[in-house]
Amino acid sequence: MAHPSDRVYSKEHEWVVVDGDVATIGISSFAQDQLGEVVYVDLPSVGDELTVGDSFGEIESVKSVSELFAPVSGEITEVNSALDDSPETVNADPHEAGWMVKVALSDAGELDALMSAGDYDAFITEG
Amino acid sequence: MTEQLSHSPGVAPSRGPRSLIFELGAPESRCVEAPPLDVPMGSLDEMLGGRTRRAALDLPNVTELEIMRHYSHLASMNFGVDSGMYPLGSCTMKYNPRINEDACRLEGFAGLHPYQPEDTTQGALELMVGLSDALAEITGLPGVSLQPAAGAHGELAALMVFRAALTARGDARKKVIIPDTAHGTNPASVTMCGWDAITIPSNERGEVDLDALKAVLDTDVAAFMLTNPNTVGLFDENILEITEAVHAVGAFAYCDGANLNAILGKTRPGDMGFDAMHINLHKTFATPHGGGGPGSGPICVTDELAPFLPGPIAVEFEDGGYGLGWPEQSLGRVRAGYGNFGVLVRAYAYVRALGGFGLREVAEQAVLSANYLKVKLESTFEVPYGRTCMHEFVMSGAHQKREFGVRTLDMAKRLLDYGFHPPTIYFPMLVEEGMMIEPTETEPLEALDAFVEVMLTIAEEAAENPELVKGAPYTTPVRRLDEAGAARNPDLRYRSTPE
Amino acid sequence: MRYIPVTCEQREAMLRAVGVSSVDELFSVIPEAVRLDRELALPDGLTEIELESHMRSLASRNRPAGGLVSFVGAGTYDHYIPSVVDHVVSKPEFFTAYTPYQPEVSQGTLQAIYEYQSMVCALTGMDVANASMYDGATALVEGALMAARVTKRQRVICSPTVHPEWQNTLITYAEAGRIEVGQFASVDMADGSTLIHRDEATSGHTLAAELASGDVAAVLIQTPNFFGSFENLEEIARLTHEAGALLVVATNPILLGIMEPPSSYGADIVVGEGQPLGNTMSFGGPGLGFFACREKHVRQMPGRVVGRTVDVDGNRAFVLTLSTREQHIRREKATSNICSNHALNALAATVYLSAVGREGLAGIARTCVAKAHYLRDALLASGKFSAPWESAFGYEFALAYDGDVMDMHEAMLERGFLAGVSVADVEAEWPTGIDSDLAEHLVLFAVTEKRTKLEMDAFVKEVASL
Repeated sequence: MAHPSDRVYSKEHEWVVVDGDVATIGISSFAQDQLGEVVYVDLPSVGDELTVGDSFGEIESVKSVSELFAPVSGEITEVNSALDDSPETVNADPHEAGWMVKVALSDAGELDALMSAGDYDAFITEG
Repeated sequence: MTEQLSHSPGVAPSRGPRSLIFELGAPESRCVEAPPLDVPMGSLDEMLGGRTRRAALDLPNVTELEIMRHYSHLASMNFGVDSGMYPLGSCTMKYNPRINEDACRLEGFAGLHPYQPEDTTQGALELMVGLSDALAEITGLPGVSLQPAAGAHGELAALMVFRAALTARGDARKKVIIPDTAHGTNPASVTMCGWDAITIPSNERGEVDLDALKAVLDTDVAAFMLTNPNTVGLFDENILEITEAVHAVGAFAYCDGANLNAILGKTRPGDMGFDAMHINLHKTFATPHGGGGPGSGPICVTDELAPFLPGPIAVEFEDGGYGLGWPEQSLGRVRAGYGNFGVLVRAYAYVRALGGFGLREVAEQAVLSANYLKVKLESTFEVPYGRTCMHEFVMSGAHQKREFGVRTLDMAKRLLDYGFHPPTIYFPMLVEEGMMIEPTETEPLEALDAFVEVMLTIAEEAAENPELVKGAPYTTPVRRLDEAGAARNPDLRYRSTPE
Repeated sequence: MRYIPVTCEQREAMLRAVGVSSVDELFSVIPEAVRLDRELALPDGLTEIELESHMRSLASRNRPAGGLVSFVGAGTYDHYIPSVVDHVVSKPEFFTAYTPYQPEVSQGTLQAIYEYQSMVCALTGMDVANASMYDGATALVEGALMAARVTKRQRVICSPTVHPEWQNTLITYAEAGRIEVGQFASVDMADGSTLIHRDEATSGHTLAAELASGDVAAVLIQTPNFFGSFENLEEIARLTHEAGALLVVATNPILLGIMEPPSSYGADIVVGEGQPLGNTMSFGGPGLGFFACREKHVRQMPGRVVGRTVDVDGNRAFVLTLSTREQHIRREKATSNICSNHALNALAATVYLSAVGREGLAGIARTCVAKAHYLRDALLASGKFSAPWESAFGYEFALAYDGDVMDMHEAMLERGFLAGVSVADVEAEWPTGIDSDLAEHLVLFAVTEKRTKLEMDAFVKEVASL
């Protein structure tokens, strides 16, 4: 399974794409496959502060709940409210339309701790 | 495919549109009406102080025949213990004796109001005292409150008893320990009791990992909750060491009584060192599950904890009369009324029908039947904990998933085509592709053998024709459902005009 | 009696198959120290004929309200139960089934629950209802807990006019758990309702004052309340929402047939005891806790819920849904620990509401109200009773008896009447805050459609003659 190489990944299976000082966050294709059909995504509000490593929301399938862990810190500038009505987008298009939040990065250095697509693919193959 | 369906399904297929009750009847249809008014009728709006209903009331108007046909049709789409074998692990789906149903419907029980004078309810109170005494003897825990309405309610009530006892000795604690095999109600009850649930792993034998337990036991721990026999169907051999370790830090040992059926008359939680337990009367004591309830979850506690029990409870006076009383330092009520009395009547009748000898026989046959199924199935399905089980065992469909891509869920659905209710699946989580099988003592040998035969057939189908199994069921009133769609766009009630 | 079909011979064969020589060998895993080496000390088992006779004899030692002329209510009511109700709930496919976790063979239970949820929404005017709770008291507590989750606050204010047993239950949960119960408001003695504001004529803690202290998660109100009086929901809702709290309203489901539902006044959560809807009184249990709320809060709702969907062939079908709120998935973070609910009682309520229908429910409710007003007037006219306050009411009301209530109850029981509920008896476990001298004389009378004018006239005549 190959993940897009235009972004970095966390061990908790979130991806981050950086554009200037704004980071867009979602979950990986691998993660959505493991979860199965996503039925609900509970996201924070614009203005909330994310702290790296902390839970910032939840993603639900029919019979499971998983926490979303912040791969970077910063203030939320935008939330993908389209997921309220169509959470299945996370399954269909996890790396683009299925994005979850945008964050004004408070410490770009945190990105260094995240994995490249190649490392992430190796990480999930190891299990 | 038809060939493989030689076992006639327990639920007859009945396809086609099924109406909601709201879609039946006509505005002028009537079934039951109030009798003609024999007193003067004033202005309703005046009597209600201007609160007369203006909002529309979306209830059906139907005739009695329509009601009977509608609900008979719905019933025909259901599977109960009377329909066929229901080996649903941890749920003890045994036969529900009909005499008990008759008993609870006697006007002398069903027509009682909770606020009648006690001298008009002596028979009911005597029954409650009799049931309490029997439960105390069966569990070895002398203090009994029949108040809790269900198992989870009993768990919470017992944790509240612990809290009250700790408070009385000025001991504020914060944590409750539970094994990773615990029912979800355990941690949820801990939260409702204002404590934090700490989960510990099980060892490779499927038992409590004593070292892991001892590592988290300290004076902040209020209680340890354990199902014994546990949720993989094993009796924890170290039970005395476990309860001793718990008591050593001043904590209480709690027994989740979901699996009491296995040990009736063979051993008692009180003798194992447990301080409190709940009993699911709707499991062990043969009261019906009712499609989800009502159950009843009495709690039994040590003498030390009895003063804190929720009340009121039925008591016997020295003069031979009966009444309702409050334990000395009772924590208060956990509900209105005195318990799910209608369920208590059934459970009492069950205990009186069987007696001590009969109850022991229940445990013995339940355990024998489970071991019989395990022996017959263990060469085809992986059984992670292979030793002698109690009244249930957990086997795994991991082999079938690995080799043929057929999941336990698929095999469970295929069982429906053969007229069996599936076992509990994917619980406890620590067994991959788990199936928890509890035949109960009331299944005849012929049914056990038929179940084995069908499970082996399904295993063959999984190997030879996996798509067949993955598409099951085929013969049920409906087939696999769009559960994701239901959760994404919840439609939780009928609307006469679509939005 | 035994319900074990396996014969001795079969048992031996099973033991051989398992590879043990005796059943006791299967139990050898139990440490010897805790094995029970005797038979349980219980009465010997009975044959069905003996058991039937024993159960009859116990039942006959009761004098059920159903066989007397009863004016007893206070949360449990002696309404007529249509014959069809028990015929439906006695169908074994319904009552011997477990929770509908396998939807393909549980469509009967699932569709019935969906119909039940729809009916509770119709009655209460709310958007969503769950599949049932244990009883009205625990439904009220769950309402308070849910409000605390929604508002992220802990303090709830409960009116003193809520049923004392329900208040007692709330306090038990509060002492053990995650909410606190703020100071109670007082009873407005003008009409037996919650004291909202103070004027020259009233004294005591007002609801407005309690709310002014801030940080309130919920206000809990019952209407008609324990005394039978209606509450001023409009004003209470206004104040509650101004304080950023949720309004939890407990109410009577029969009256909802003719009464404007709490949703119209702004209730956020509506709960109640559903026993009056086709369930026997059964000495106070099992009852039926109904629970409804606004759609925007559905993910904080406790308990199971059924939703409509389709199967792979496109047929309409029903399934348990939004399960991630529940304990079997979310464990310690679940919205409640409830697992078993009161599904069969909910089925009885569904069949009941189908049997009486929209018009029948309204007719029954009107009849109850008319008869209760008739009895109250007649009792006041007898000169033995006085009114503690003037208030609109449904089919239950409180009057002060001019004499010893217990003596009156005993004397009337001898004459075949259950003469209402003594407020002091119920209040003994949780004070409603009214003057204790008055409480001692207060009697609650409930009048259902089963009572006739003849019975009421006879009752008034007898009580007047005491």
